[in-house]
Amino acid sequence: MNEPRIVIVGAGPAGVRAAEVLAAVGLRPVLVDENQRAGGQIYRQPPAGFVRSAKQLYGFESAKADALHHTFSQLLSHIDYRPETLVWNCDGRQLDLLDRGQQRSLPYSHLMLCTGAIDRVLPFPGWLLPGVYTLGAAQVALKAQGCVIGSRIVMVGSGPLLYLLAYQYAKAGASIAAVLDTSSFSGKLQATADLLKQPLTLAKGLYFLAWLRCHGVKVVEGVDKIAVSGEQKVKTISWHKNGREQTLECDAVASGFGLRSETQLADLAGCVFEFNQLNQQWLPQRDLAGRSSVKGVYLAGDGGGIAGADAAELAGKRAALALLEDLGKTIDPREGRRLDRALQRIQGFRRGLERAFPAPVAWARECADEEIICRCEEITAGELRRVVNHAGTVEMNRLKALTRVGMGRCQGRVCSAAAAEILACSAGKSLTEIGRLRGQPPIKPFPVVVGVALSSARETS
Amino acid sequence: MSERLTADVAIIGGGLMGCSAALALRRMNLSVVLLEQGWCGAQASGVNYGGVRRQGRPVVQLPLSQRAYAIWQRLPQLIGSDCEYAISGHLKLARNEAELASLEDYRGQADGFGLQLEILGREALRQRYPWLGENIAGGSLCPGDGHANPRLVAAAFALAARNHGADLREGTTVESAVFDGRQFTVCAAGGLEVKAKFLLNCAGAWGAKFAEQFGEQVPEYPIFPNMWVTEPMPKLVEPNVGIVGGGFYVRQVARGNFVLGGGRGTGQLAIASTRPDSAAMFASMRMACEFIPALRNALVIRSWTGVEGALPDHQPVLGPSVTTPGLFHAFGFSGGGFQLAPAVGEVLADLVAHGATATPIEAFSIGRFNAAS
Ligand SMILES: Cc1cc2nc3c(=O)[nH]c(=O)nc-3n(C[C@H](O)[C@H](O)[C@H](O)COP(=O)(O)OP(=O)(O)OC[C@H]3O[C@@H](n4cnc5c(N)ncnc54)[C@H](O)[C@@H]3O)c2cc1C
Ligand SMILES: Cc1cc2nc3c(=O)[nH]c(=O)nc-3n(C[C@H](O)[C@H](O)[C@H](O)COP(=O)(O)OP(=O)(O)OC[C@H]3O[C@@H](n4cnc5c(N)ncnc54)[C@H](O)[C@@H]3O)c2cc1C
Repeated sequence: MNEPRIVIVGAGPAGVRAAEVLAAVGLRPVLVDENQRAGGQIYRQPPAGFVRSAKQLYGFESAKADALHHTFSQLLSHIDYRPETLVWNCDGRQLDLLDRGQQRSLPYSHLMLCTGAIDRVLPFPGWLLPGVYTLGAAQVALKAQGCVIGSRIVMVGSGPLLYLLAYQYAKAGASIAAVLDTSSFSGKLQATADLLKQPLTLAKGLYFLAWLRCHGVKVVEGVDKIAVSGEQKVKTISWHKNGREQTLECDAVASGFGLRSETQLADLAGCVFEFNQLNQQWLPQRDLAGRSSVKGVYLAGDGGGIAGADAAELAGKRAALALLEDLGKTIDPREGRRLDRALQRIQGFRRGLERAFPAPVAWARECADEEIICRCEEITAGELRRVVNHAGTVEMNRLKALTRVGMGRCQGRVCSAAAAEILACSAGKSLTEIGRLRGQPPIKPFPVVVGVALSSARETS
Repeated sequence: MSERLTADVAIIGGGLMGCSAALALRRMNLSVVLLEQGWCGAQASGVNYGGVRRQGRPVVQLPLSQRAYAIWQRLPQLIGSDCEYAISGHLKLARNEAELASLEDYRGQADGFGLQLEILGREALRQRYPWLGENIAGGSLCPGDGHANPRLVAAAFALAARNHGADLREGTTVESAVFDGRQFTVCAAGGLEVKAKFLLNCAGAWGAKFAEQFGEQVPEYPIFPNMWVTEPMPKLVEPNVGIVGGGFYVRQVARGNFVLGGGRGTGQLAIASTRPDSAAMFASMRMACEFIPALRNALVIRSWTGVEGALPDHQPVLGPSVTTPGLFHAFGFSGGGFQLAPAVGEVLADLVAHGATATPIEAFSIGRFNAAS
């Protein structure tokens, strides 16, 4: 049998742990990541030369961060690591890479997708004003550059990242004017049983909340009708609580409504997708171990369904074991079962989180017609609704064809969640019925000049 | 579930051919049932480059193309939208004297069809279009040609046909069609059966399959033109641009994006099975930048392809069946059917209603293949 060519995409917790398992048996996987340094989202490292301690950067998670970074540095000589390399296409058994400004193709026999997640974005009035960030972007600024996004900051949305980020910002010395949570206290109570499946994690969450309250940060739960206003940049934010409007001055807003898996490469690899009720997203099918519907393609970590960093490490290992098994290597079955059990416990906790921090249900109904949903192509909610009503559109790709929503630079990564909600709501269909946006390469913009250089080089050689 | 329908005309395929035929037939008050396996206008008709061009077509297509040209001017009245149709001119470039001579030759052949072609030499070209690159010997401009948004056109024809009373069935795959000497019975998956006096085969790349059911062999094969589009750029290029030999083509849309094509992707004759090809994209990038250097600074945001039926002589099959009365074919447009489609629909309606059409279509007869074999 030929040497397997194993490619892992993503050097976050999932990808690094997968690489570790493979390298341990003497395989030499290629590990590709768009970032300059390994660690993924949660254990993102600042550029070399920045000095902030792991404790400052990762708080409670600093031991885990240190462990992962340490594992990675030990791995370096046993794997083929390609940082600053975007995988922009997957076709047949080959990836297209944009490798530090050059086009390369990389054939594989086995592909492990550990591509992580991005924020779920739901537009609100003023969301396009300078000074409005996603929670994720605000965190990247802090972790990678030691910057905060403003001097009077409001964090708004839903999900555990909301409190975590507020805590991290406050700890770093930023001034948090308020934390506005669109989910309610009663919803969180109902979710307690599931949340108790991970008592430590729950305790951390409660700790952030208590810490924020204790340090005088205004925390409001159960808010709706968020609106940001200002002339050239953010000046105030307003919201409703129990039907009463309130306003606060601020100069920056970070918002997010949970996370969405980055699934474009799985799509291009031909994986079968199914609608996942827990994540409220179409996700590539996978078995417990992480095998997708396509032979030789595996999924691990948040890219296959949001489960958090600890689960990502476990899932990376689990999928690597599955890959070894598929290569005909003998693996210790107890290890697989142990990982499966641990992953299942986390899954129960995840159910609790989704219940505690649901995306705002009335959002699609209440979103105003003039709100821009697709900022790349400047498509408003009203235009989407008009097409649904006028042309009877009931399917996502048809909506895209007729309006350009999801056709811009982001290719739907940012806008598709909101567009799907609007379509489903206006057409009176479920998110399952309206289907999912088909992906096309490049998954992120690709410079023409790179293609020209490659084509010219081929000509002369 | 089983359902039976009767109509004057049954149409297989809801691309631009089928939908424009449905509309034209409804305007003649004939009843129409159209069966589409996916969504109307989601195949070749919805994903093509969007060139609305007469220049460069084989001369035998020009009468049909001119008829279409007249309909394109009336789109808002006909289907309620201009579908971003822009009369921008179509500029065909020549890299050397031989290619320029071929453009002059074509102008001679097309004389009398109303294309108003204007040949431009190197200097005139560079003066009029300062964004052009260096190595161009000349070009030919067809001022009345242009481009439109393909994603909108077939959908708008479908909607207009529906609003005129055509019964369009999407998600309905035709499995068989037979003629009993009097009428056609068309059976679709899910148990739908349509009886009709006339049958139109507008199944695009799948057209030969249905011709075969009526004993007509056509050497149709699928092609997958490779397309890509840039992010929006400042307005620069007005005309729809191509070159002699057809290695690449480019247009800039109102929003500023450049839409480009060249080379071939890959795929199968299955819905949603097509893939663009990176190497083809790189090659056409290089060509495009040679002719429009400003494109070097662009970012590509998307690439794609679609499936189109082609025939060895690059002419469509359009006209009556030679085996079966009441059956009319319109498929295999070989990469050039977008501009023609509105006229094809009218021609098919003429054939159904009057048994003849004033537009010359003999060159597209399905009999040309039977005779050869
Ligand atoms: C912005 C943001 C902030 C988060 N912060 C926290 C937090 O503070 N605490 C927490 O518990 N959880 C956080 N999460 C959740 C977090 O995603 C997971 O907990 C954890 O990082 C998941 O690990 P992973 O290995 O699955 O993916 P990630 O850690 O996200 O790693 C994925 C990696 O894949 C790379 N990648 C993706 N696509 C490509 C491509 N096409 N080509 C090349 N490389 C690619 C990315 O550059 C990234 O390095 C955050 C998520 C987001 C989106
Ligand atoms: C990428 C690309 C670029 C192009 N660029 C241009 C251009 O710039 N200018 C130009 O003039 N032309 C262009 N063309 C060609 C043009 O798009 C086609 O000639 C034209 O759209 C053909 O229309 P149609 O209705 O025959 O085919 P289609 O639009 O493919 O319609 C055929 C329909 O039949 C349906 N069908 C098939 N089998 C069945 C069945 N069993 N049951 C039910 N339904 C069935 C299909 O689903 C399909 O919707 C391009 C084509 C492609 C693919």
